[in-house]
Amino acid sequence: MNANVKKRLSDNMMWLVLIALIIVMSIGNSNFFTIANFRTLLTSESVKGVMAFGVAFCILTKGIDLSIGASAGLIACVTGALVQPLDYASKILTGVQLPAIVAILIALAMGCAIGAIQGAIIAYTKMPAFIATLGGQLICRAAAKVFTTRPVSNLSDGYRFLGNGQIGPIPVIVVVFVIVCLLAAFILGQTRFGKSLYAIGGNDQAARVAGINVERNLVLTYVWCGVLAALAGVLLAGRAGSADPATSGLNYELDAIAAATVGGTSHTGGICRISGVLCGILILGVINNGLVLLGVNDNYTNIIKGIIIVGAVALDMKKNTRKA
Amino acid sequence: MSEEYVLEMHNIVKEFPGVRALKGVELKVRPGTVHTLMGENGAGKSTLMKCLIGIQPVTSGEIIYKGKKVNFKSTQDALDAGISMIHQEMSPVLERTVCDNVWLGREPKKGILTDHKKMYQDCLDLFARMGMHIDPHEKMKNLTVAKMQMVEIIKAVSYNSSIVIMDEPTSSLTEAEVEDLFKIIEDLKSKGVAIIYISHKMDEIFRISDDISVYRDGEYIGTDRAANLTQDKVIKMMVGREITNMFPKVECPIGDVVLKVEDLCSGRQVRHVSFEVRKGEILGFAGLVGAGRTETMETIFGMRKRESGRIIKDGKELNIKSPQDAIENHISLLTEDRRGNGIIGLLSIRENMCVAKLNLGKYGMPLNQKQMRADTQEYIDKIRIKTPTMETPIMNLSGGNQQKVLVGRWLLTDPDVLIVDEPTRGIDVGAKAEIHSLLSELAGQGKAIIIVSSEMPEVMGVADRIVIMHEGHVSGTLDRSEFSQELIMKCATAHEKDADEI
Repeated sequence: MNANVKKRLSDNMMWLVLIALIIVMSIGNSNFFTIANFRTLLTSESVKGVMAFGVAFCILTKGIDLSIGASAGLIACVTGALVQPLDYASKILTGVQLPAIVAILIALAMGCAIGAIQGAIIAYTKMPAFIATLGGQLICRAAAKVFTTRPVSNLSDGYRFLGNGQIGPIPVIVVVFVIVCLLAAFILGQTRFGKSLYAIGGNDQAARVAGINVERNLVLTYVWCGVLAALAGVLLAGRAGSADPATSGLNYELDAIAAATVGGTSHTGGICRISGVLCGILILGVINNGLVLLGVNDNYTNIIKGIIIVGAVALDMKKNTRKA
Repeated sequence: MSEEYVLEMHNIVKEFPGVRALKGVELKVRPGTVHTLMGENGAGKSTLMKCLIGIQPVTSGEIIYKGKKVNFKSTQDALDAGISMIHQEMSPVLERTVCDNVWLGREPKKGILTDHKKMYQDCLDLFARMGMHIDPHEKMKNLTVAKMQMVEIIKAVSYNSSIVIMDEPTSSLTEAEVEDLFKIIEDLKSKGVAIIYISHKMDEIFRISDDISVYRDGEYIGTDRAANLTQDKVIKMMVGREITNMFPKVECPIGDVVLKVEDLCSGRQVRHVSFEVRKGEILGFAGLVGAGRTETMETIFGMRKRESGRIIKDGKELNIKSPQDAIENHISLLTEDRRGNGIIGLLSIRENMCVAKLNLGKYGMPLNQKQMRADTQEYIDKIRIKTPTMETPIMNLSGGNQQKVLVGRWLLTDPDVLIVDEPTRGIDVGAKAEIHSLLSELAGQGKAIIIVSSEMPEVMGVADRIVIMHEGHVSGTLDRSEFSQELIMKCATAHEKDADEI
């Protein structure tokens, strides 16, 4: 009985941390605990949140994807350029204007391709994911700057709907975030693919012997991550109304990885819960949002974030070594 | 009184969350003797040793070492006090040399620099004294598993400890090396060193032990001089009942050929191997370590590249390129390396058991969780897996129970051919007999079973026919009526020329 309560507590410790943070922030600033502020918080965390659900899958298989911020930036620039009005003076691609839905599908296809290439390199050459996706990051960021030196602005309303639209009082971007969250939970918990990822992350040799096609599943993992990065790019550009080759999505991969990690996704593989990742996203969101409300300097915010990430992982390692 | 014993452990209790692993256990070790700990897997022998050397803290109890009460906080503490341990699972640094491994963490210094010359020289001296022929400059990864084990043993011995703990030291040694080890043990004894020895191999134990302590399910059963005990007595103490038949073989009708392998080649260890196995038959594979038996099975199962040769099942030639292909064609392989490529430690019993069937797409989408639970429960009951719940992580189970979960995993894929490679290695007697009877039962249900084993009594006990391999070739096939240890040994050590004649 006692041991059971203990286990429950340690499994859900991050949720307690989240609640504690919310209480502290609420006491610190009366504007924090309001519906309007929660809407702001969720809206601003959705982009990184979508990425976190992608990269969590990679981490589950002992991998990582460092390219997602840069590929989101690249994809936002390219597909943004496809939906600028024809008569816009500083249009990047003169003479081309596609319907928003087509541009978004192109974005997802690009994310799929980037993920497939990186995934294939990681799966078939056994290259560490860190290296392969570090290369991917450099290439994507540079490609965006080659594509355009100017920011891509004046995007069509259709393209901006996902990132900036509203359904009644609810921002569409939050709806997208929730759908991605549910989809991720379904895939990990209810499909063969999801269960294979746990097996591969836990012991890839054993997974292979059990008949799992490890390589194909790894490629699919990076495709999933790449597609979500592309979606994040569309959300990002849509929300801001423009995309900048140098700064769009810059360092977003770090926040996404941090959220997944704080949420208990183990970098030694085999452990990931979507509810945990969600909690990680919210914890970082509350810190970002709350410290701004409290008027804390941006640098201190990052110091606090750094401490929380390292602390969370330290706790996690302790928990897992005790089991072994 | 404490003069007589170098180590006394009294009323040791160790609790893990939800489990009492040790329930007030005793151990008294005399200097200059070999004290063997016996018990089924999960009896608590390894846990007791881990508590002794500080890997795990004891919940309660008293440890008296050389007349003083001690409580080691880490293996380093224990080492400093003079207790070293050879672990069941080796932990060599593969990319470093033998020499580096022996002196790891206690490199001799010259000022602030490591004294490489002394390291090398001391290593040479040490090996010479032990009669070993290993180049200290060789990289660890280039050694055979047996040689690595010897290096680990020598390393543990080189601390000049008062107590050396050996946890299954001979599991991967060849016979010659076992003899070397026994010489080392005699040498240590004569210097007054106490050896705590853990092993499942009865003949070994009775050859070298002075005292034997038996444990069962975390409880202390008793200690006696080895001279006062017999194998049967010890087994009875270990399992709490008498095992009447180690190899319960059920005669069953043998049917048509299910799997036929022709001229199979892969690398240097599988050279033109041909054999066939029939419905209801248990086919044994015997041979020395490194004869290519495991490699042959891995090639059939698609884990290794098949260079040439044919695999024919039910009259149809198969093109197996991956384990997935093999499983889809109802061929399963229970691998030799349970930890390396068998269990997925973090996952639960249910997830481990269902993983192969799940990969065949048999649970639909969304996954039929109810069916998964029902399947797991069925095999937990059928093959008597001892576990609190099916959601327990598999790494919390004993070796024998882990093995049973893996057997369950394969049975769920409905195999016609079940290949088991060293299925009872590192498993206690009770579970061993159960696995043997399970294999026999499965053959009775019309499955074709192939068993690879290095334990001669095991192959001879369960198999209907034995194929013997030597250096990648099949060097003989014997029917049950022809089984004899001498004949099998002859084939297993045969030179290629003789082999062709057999």
